[in-house]
Amino acid sequence: MNAFTARELRTAVIGAAALAAAALIPLADDGYYLSLAVNIALYAVLCTAWTLFSGPTHYISLATAAFFGIGTYTVGLGIDTLPFPLLLAIAAIAGGLIAGLVGVATLRLSGVYFVIFTLGLAELVRQIVTWLQTNFTNAVGLYVFTDFTEAHIFWMLLGLAALVYVTGWLINRSRLGFAMRIIGNDETVARHAGIDVARSKVILFMISGAFIGITGAVLAPRFAYVEPPSAFNPLISFQVVIMALLGGTSRLWAPLLGVIPFTILFDQVSAHFPNHTSLMIGIAFMAVVYVLPRGVTGLVEDLVRTRGSGRPATVAERAQP
Amino acid sequence: MDILVTGTVLGGTYALIALGLTLQYGVARIMNLANGENLVLACFTTFWLFSTYAVSPLLGIAIIAPAAFALNWLIYRFAMRPLVERAKNRGQLEVDSILATFGLMFIFQGVMLLAFGGGYYTYNFLNTPVEILGANYGLNRLVTLAAAAIIALALWLFLYFTRYGTAIRAVAVDPVAAGLVAIDVPRASAFAFALGGAVTAAAGSMLSTFYTFNASMGVIFTMKALIIVIMGGVGDVRGAVLAALLLGIAETAVATLVDPGLTLAATYALFIIVLLFRPQGIFGRSPA
Repeated sequence: MNAFTARELRTAVIGAAALAAAALIPLADDGYYLSLAVNIALYAVLCTAWTLFSGPTHYISLATAAFFGIGTYTVGLGIDTLPFPLLLAIAAIAGGLIAGLVGVATLRLSGVYFVIFTLGLAELVRQIVTWLQTNFTNAVGLYVFTDFTEAHIFWMLLGLAALVYVTGWLINRSRLGFAMRIIGNDETVARHAGIDVARSKVILFMISGAFIGITGAVLAPRFAYVEPPSAFNPLISFQVVIMALLGGTSRLWAPLLGVIPFTILFDQVSAHFPNHTSLMIGIAFMAVVYVLPRGVTGLVEDLVRTRGSGRPATVAERAQP
Repeated sequence: MDILVTGTVLGGTYALIALGLTLQYGVARIMNLANGENLVLACFTTFWLFSTYAVSPLLGIAIIAPAAFALNWLIYRFAMRPLVERAKNRGQLEVDSILATFGLMFIFQGVMLLAFGGGYYTYNFLNTPVEILGANYGLNRLVTLAAAAIIALALWLFLYFTRYGTAIRAVAVDPVAAGLVAIDVPRASAFAFALGGAVTAAAGSMLSTFYTFNASMGVIFTMKALIIVIMGGVGDVRGAVLAALLLGIAETAVATLVDPGLTLAATYALFIIVLLFRPQGIFGRSPA
């Protein structure tokens, strides 16, 4: 159980090499390309953390912006009094706790309740934070002044990405990961096999929420000025969903294949046609549903399978539009 | 008293949106998250008809509701029907329809942003005060409430006292069994989806007479309508109306007594209570 297989070892080496290569980016450029790389790293972490939960359960979580904002706010509130690493830990706990509360309220029921609940969650937290701030403190915005440069943020995100991948891999090997695979295939079977379905889902959602909370905290120094509308931007939730599904959710690294092209494309569109971003996101959603139901990874798998075995795709496979 | 009247007017509008959604989700089995955009589109169309052609919003409904019916029928026929056909089970259809209607939501939003920009719109229509029990209310709000009541009543009469209405309710209960008793399920589903869109659009036309609207506010309405649908029980007309009025009054109470910025907290508080104690809705039967 504890020994690495040759394949796992190979994946680990390739992954570490890729991370090390990525870590050199800030040395080559500290302008536009670094900022683009930060965005890619940011969404890579967010999408992978999202997939940890939504991949096996098929629940579409739109709570990303809420966890992210909570992380950002933790840093905004505590940057003058507490050390940064402690703030990251608090952000993780806060994100995990909120995820736990949401999970306990909705994950016993069907997926629709969960989607609806998370749809407005960022807006709800934003309203509460704004209300608390206007009534109990004297300013709505918070300044975050640190010595961190864009390169530091990038390296922290890379470290976080490594942590998310290792966690995802450990979950897959654990009893929880095994339980999740059974739940994903057939929930009734899982329940009869003695798995506490709701509990497993809540734990997984908390792990995912904690990582998204940390990501928000890491990004706080980049914003410099934190206020509710920018910290709890609901668009983040949708972008994470679309990128993760575009890449695919069947494997840990699959979202990356959606993150890289989408982030670059989104960057170009918002730079040249700022009024067309909603339209672009809409079209991307449609593309995922009608053209790429299993993401880029699914498409590649189909191609490899048909070519590898030398047989044409079966009717069932072709029927997938 | 003030809270009750204002809350009832707001709840009346919510009721229509939620009725539209409950038809689409309860009968056609499509969780339409673009329904709020449908509402906003109707707001803009009413505004446009009123300001360029001086068409009264009340008359505007007669144009907008059939147009929305046609638009939603097309959406169902060409975007949703393929999903229904390829889905292996209810869960997959739910995920697919949620994602596809998210796409529609952003596309509608994007088109409206390009056409009208991101600004806030409002216009004056029947903005004369009417005195009820010592307090003043805008005539446009009262007209809205009356129109909402008429539309809801007509919908209820249609669903419970006509032959086709009964067929639609049969599809809501069980699409397979409905097919066995010679109901054209695809046609009834498309009809219910389109009718839901028309009812929501009518709500949008009325809402625009007293509410300041902009191109990106649809999501919040969709969310509130979804919460109402769940509170009332999916596919339940009486439950949706009652839940909408409850929500309208609760929101107005929080906005007046605590803080106008906390209306969503009121919505969520109600939602959580329902989720914890009656997930099948106010009038829903508990699952066997």
